[in-house]
Amino acid sequence: MLAQALLLQLGYNATLVTIGAALLGAAAGITGTFLFLRKRALVADAVSHATLPGVAMAFLIMVALGGEGRSLIGLLLGSAVSAMVGLWCMNALTRHTRLAEDAAIGAVLSVFFGFGVVLMTVIQSLGVGRQAGLEGFLLGSTAGMLFADAVTIALGGLAVLAVIAVMRRPMLLVSFDPEYAAAQGVNVPRVDMAMMALVMAVTVVGLKIVGLILIVALLIIPAVTARFWSERAGQVVILSGAFGGVAAYLGAAVSATAPNLPTGPIIVLFSAALFLLSLLLAPGRGVLAAILRHRRFQARVHMRQGLLALAQGQEIFEPLTRRLLRRAGLMRADGVATDDGRAQAAKALRDEARWAMLRRDQAQEAASAQYDGLRGIETVLTADQIAALDARIGAPKEAI
Amino acid sequence: MGSEFVPLSLPPLLIGAFAAVACALPGNFLLLRRQALIGDAISHVALPGIVVAFLITGAISTWPMMIGAAGAAVISVVLIEVIRRLGRIEPGAAMGVVFTAMFAGGVLLLEQTDTSSVHLDVEHALYGNLESLIWLDATGWGSLLDWDALRHLPPELPRIAVTLLGVVLFLWLFWRPLAISTFDEGFARTLGLRTTALGLALVVVAAIAAVAAFDAVGSIIVIAMFICPPAAARMMTNRLGVQVAWSVAFALLSAVLGYVLAGYGPLWIGMYDAVSAAGMIATVSGVILALTAVFGPCRHRAGAPAGV
Amino acid sequence: MDIALVSRDGKKITEPGGQDSPLAIRGLTVSYGEKPAVFSVDMTVEAGKMTAIIGPNGAGKSTLLKAALGVVPAVSGRVQVFGKPIARQRGRIAYVPQRASVDWDFPTRVIDVVLMGLYREVGLLGRLRGRHVKQAEACLDRVGMKDFAHRQIGQLSGGQQQRVFLARALAQGADLYVLDEPFAGVDAATEKAIIDVLKALRAEGKTVVVVHHDLATVAGYFDNVFLINTRKVAEGTVAEAFTADTLHDAYGGRLATAQIAQVAG
Repeated sequence: MLAQALLLQLGYNATLVTIGAALLGAAAGITGTFLFLRKRALVADAVSHATLPGVAMAFLIMVALGGEGRSLIGLLLGSAVSAMVGLWCMNALTRHTRLAEDAAIGAVLSVFFGFGVVLMTVIQSLGVGRQAGLEGFLLGSTAGMLFADAVTIALGGLAVLAVIAVMRRPMLLVSFDPEYAAAQGVNVPRVDMAMMALVMAVTVVGLKIVGLILIVALLIIPAVTARFWSERAGQVVILSGAFGGVAAYLGAAVSATAPNLPTGPIIVLFSAALFLLSLLLAPGRGVLAAILRHRRFQARVHMRQGLLALAQGQEIFEPLTRRLLRRAGLMRADGVATDDGRAQAAKALRDEARWAMLRRDQAQEAASAQYDGLRGIETVLTADQIAALDARIGAPKEAI
Repeated sequence: MGSEFVPLSLPPLLIGAFAAVACALPGNFLLLRRQALIGDAISHVALPGIVVAFLITGAISTWPMMIGAAGAAVISVVLIEVIRRLGRIEPGAAMGVVFTAMFAGGVLLLEQTDTSSVHLDVEHALYGNLESLIWLDATGWGSLLDWDALRHLPPELPRIAVTLLGVVLFLWLFWRPLAISTFDEGFARTLGLRTTALGLALVVVAAIAAVAAFDAVGSIIVIAMFICPPAAARMMTNRLGVQVAWSVAFALLSAVLGYVLAGYGPLWIGMYDAVSAAGMIATVSGVILALTAVFGPCRHRAGAPAGV
Repeated sequence: MDIALVSRDGKKITEPGGQDSPLAIRGLTVSYGEKPAVFSVDMTVEAGKMTAIIGPNGAGKSTLLKAALGVVPAVSGRVQVFGKPIARQRGRIAYVPQRASVDWDFPTRVIDVVLMGLYREVGLLGRLRGRHVKQAEACLDRVGMKDFAHRQIGQLSGGQQQRVFLARALAQGADLYVLDEPFAGVDAATEKAIIDVLKALRAEGKTVVVVHHDLATVAGYFDNVFLINTRKVAEGTVAEAFTADTLHDAYGGRLATAQIAQVAG
């Protein structure tokens, strides 16, 4: 069954939903990256929670107009309108009052959601809410989805991706460095607005699959995951889209195999699994790499400091420094340097003197700015330049 | 009047009010520390905590669930910090990763577990069920002095009352260190204050308040009360103590007005059924915030934020 | 010169020269990420004197002090305050952070900020009393800010904010005053007010350490200087350590020779 699902052989609707989810996941991953690079990831949380009153209101209006209130397009339209109102409130709060963005996000999120819940209870009291399956909008449900709905979602995901393809350059520029972008003639507020529109589009399209509580995960998690693997914005965008697409595809397929596997949470959990792997194992920013690097770095600092202390005949009291020096065979247990230690200490001291001499040379400012106590001088100067420095310093001092 | 009010309305009113204040109090400090959304995160991760507690104990019993939820809150805060530090990820995004993933896990566990025999579902976790917390043994105001009747108070009431007391005690005791470390963390460290521990303690207290409130009134109120009353209070004054007092007033007003509007509002406009009290309380707190944002005497920034 | 802080077997060694130094730093390395901002720095502050820490932008001036006081963590190194570990000497240090490090929109008044300086005196369970408020007002008076006691801090100018921070440090009644860029972006009147207070502190026998950026005023304000550019460049009296040579060492090409000749005697 799982293999069937993954190979898109579980019927027409399920296939369409899975493809739609993958498109949506990719679109969300990419859109989310811009948001994340702009340090506004949780704005999406406010936007998605703000859709609830709109969904409920649209339902009530459609019922009042004599319809059934089930039209997905109508409900999504309502959700878009109320998300926009929520976004406007958030901007108004941060612009015109002293509140910081996080407070504005939380306020809009909770109040809109609360109001949405009020409207939902109104719908329930009308006695037609259950049939409309509005609960599905909270956590997403693809079970029993109509063919037309599945098409709507797939097309929506495709449309968002198309818009991103057109807008990617200015959006990347703005999310990377808004001031530079403005200087380049990019209309930053308009690009920001477009970015928010995309967030809203992703939210609205994703409501039915993932639900409004978890849609924010599709926007944030892939972007954060991708950030672990690359330092280049362009690559982060593409990776994020890939992570988002893969997680959504797997999630939708797996959830189609059994009735009690809700689509939204499964997709989010696949996404979170990818994130967890990246957090632990990514080469640059991953936890394991960071721990190893930090220990190596600490050891380098202590070694260098120890060598300099040896060279100047100072006693060393840091236990870690002593242990490292002894392990490297540079110092005996009683604190006296070995021959090897003396040689290396003299070299360290001489390097310090070379750096000091280098710093006095105004022409070498760029090179001397590289100094951080650890970097070997041979990494910034040629052998000839070092020889020239040595000539200016004079004969090497006797090591102690 | 008392014969209906005391059994049906007094307990939910008190529970709502206590829960609102218990969340609004630590919310003041979270707001000033730019951690307003911690409340959001905590109330999301309470769900997996509760479900796990249920799976372990096999029953809906209060204390394991409270511990489960509080444990999940602490785990989430630690995880957020780890991701933020190690991955050099901005706090908002780190938060977003952690609480959505944990919430998704909670929902999945819940769907996989047979909870049909017990009252445990996502909707309950979100909206709570304030209206159902009634005190059937009460016959009128006199029941407040009747020990037998008092023993049958909804257990949520004493629980949230004790929680509120704990929150008040914590803030009273640590008021000055909290204020100092919130305003100027570097200076606080040179005083020898354990600022990291203090920050964590604040989050734990907020988590306890959230979990106790959550149990009674659902997570919407929790998030709304962490943020809206303190944010509205921020527009009213430039003094910390006064701000906290305003936030308590706004929280109480939201709770009472929200409950009344939810219960009687629909009747006034000719509908028969009450609407969600939790939702209405959140809505009222939003209206208060909107009013203060437009009319509050101190709604504009007074000084530059840190780092400018 | 070099002071043994702890001997090999863990016991303290008494050695002349650093034991009573208000602030003795040994082998301090601090790093943000992989590049040390401060590398293996030794510093011995002379008691009863005013010391300026100078160096180019990004040279680790503030970082050195923040790490010494435990505001940011260090990779390695030891710090003693008046001959003891800093944890036992908190009451003897007053720290004035950079103005920009806090949120000036915080809901508090000037007097409340100064009262923060009395935290150790009042304690966790103690109550603020009238005499504490009087004490805080006296400190505000010393920096010429008494009339502003009940203002919201956001309404102050940059110079006034800096004076309030100094008043808070005065309230601590410390023996060692550590100030991070107190003269950055303040008006001339404030600069004068601050330096007068610092000189008065020195006259009382207190020790003052200041992260400073204005080379032109070093000779006029300070007794000693400490030049840093990631590692220590020079340390000593202004006459010894504030010379064209040491400035060249610290600033390299960033400071034109003409400028150096102007500021260094």
